[in-house]
Amino acid sequence: MVMLKSAKVVLLLATMLGMAACGSIEPWVKPYERDRLADPIMFLDAHPVSTSYIQHVYEAREGARGGEGAAGGGCGCN
Amino acid sequence: MRSHRTAVKFLVLLGLATSAQAGVLPDDRTDILYHQYTGGGVTIDGPSVLVRKKAGRSLSFVGNYYVDMVSSASIDVVTTASPYTEERKQWSLGMDYLRGNTTMSVNYTSSVESDFDANTYAFSVSQDMFGDLTTLSLTYAYGADVVGMRGDEDFRRENTRQLYGVGITQILTRNLITTLNFETITDEGFLNNPYRSVRYVDGGGYSFERELYPNTRTTNAVGLRARYFLPYRAALEGEYRFFTDTWGITSHTAAVSYVHPWHDWTFEVKYRWHDQTGADFFSDLFSRSEATNFRARDKELSALTSTTLKLMASYEFLENGWSFIDKASVHFSADLLSVDYDEFRDLRGLPLIGDAPLYTLEANVFQVFVSFWY
Repeated sequence: MVMLKSAKVVLLLATMLGMAACGSIEPWVKPYERDRLADPIMFLDAHPVSTSYIQHVYEAREGARGGEGAAGGGCGCN
Repeated sequence: MRSHRTAVKFLVLLGLATSAQAGVLPDDRTDILYHQYTGGGVTIDGPSVLVRKKAGRSLSFVGNYYVDMVSSASIDVVTTASPYTEERKQWSLGMDYLRGNTTMSVNYTSSVESDFDANTYAFSVSQDMFGDLTTLSLTYAYGADVVGMRGDEDFRRENTRQLYGVGITQILTRNLITTLNFETITDEGFLNNPYRSVRYVDGGGYSFERELYPNTRTTNAVGLRARYFLPYRAALEGEYRFFTDTWGITSHTAAVSYVHPWHDWTFEVKYRWHDQTGADFFSDLFSRSEATNFRARDKELSALTSTTLKLMASYEFLENGWSFIDKASVHFSADLLSVDYDEFRDLRGLPLIGDAPLYTLEANVFQVFVSFWY
């Protein structure tokens, strides 16, 4: 029981520290340092039509599916 | 395979639905693609056209029209059915709405063929965080299918599907970007193919009977990708995916690719490897009729190993624009796919029990497409 309480406190503190840290995170890659990431050769999905098609082929020929998407680039291009 | 076909449409839609980057709307572009798959007695080809256009600063619309023209005399068809031709038409419409660092996307897809209809609705939201170094994305999709059967107009089965996805894309250094994705998909309903059969021992030989799958399936997949900018302007990418499901399939997929620009050309080479265990209810030869509660002989549910070598070349033109077009490029790609089945056997030639060799599939996939940005 004591151990469970201690674990909860540690978890709470870790969460609070994590949230506090998130609030003060400074971007360690500055916007002016993202020229390479903005290069088209670094795009995770430069050709969405082609990517969708080839995933279609794999999913028709194999038993697995999913988990291959890309959640944007976050390259600060705007 | 029926359940695979439905899942494919489902995920193809999601690929287009979630392609938007948070914090910035996707570029206005049009892609016109011709695809051709040949291998294992099957030819599938057709066009795919995608048009994307912004409306103001906050909205972007996307439409896609895709056709599969199938001519099949595959190993399954030759062994247990008759060769056939078929056409599948799919169209989708989507919208992205950007507000601050948040992008919300909705998408609808309809797929129609002679014995199968599928409708899918997807919603996703992406949020840029921590100075745009991190993008968090959440996706939900719902799909509903109606399965028919040629030659039996009264045959009608339904199934539904739900997808839950979480993705995070993280810039780690000025040269390295990574993305981690987790997806859970649940299926419920008629998941097997009404045309396919399993094989069982019958006297001194064998006979066939209908497949029977469970009515539910849940799959989990987690994928990690990392792309690195090399010092001389080239890119190297590594990928890994782990997959598991309630049918007993576990798989590992890994790939490495290299992108090298040269003047107006960009070349890419990629090697992909996939290895999976078979479904619990898969057997190439059951001991008797109705030997188990569920039974399948779909080769995609067999233990297998597949490898793919991809070669791609792109040429960029109209760099200075022309009329309303900002730039354009043309792309050629070839994917050489090889699949070695560990349990599925080749019954052509009507071999005696125990004599059939394991089946191997060799397929070539070609794509030619033109992209315009405006």
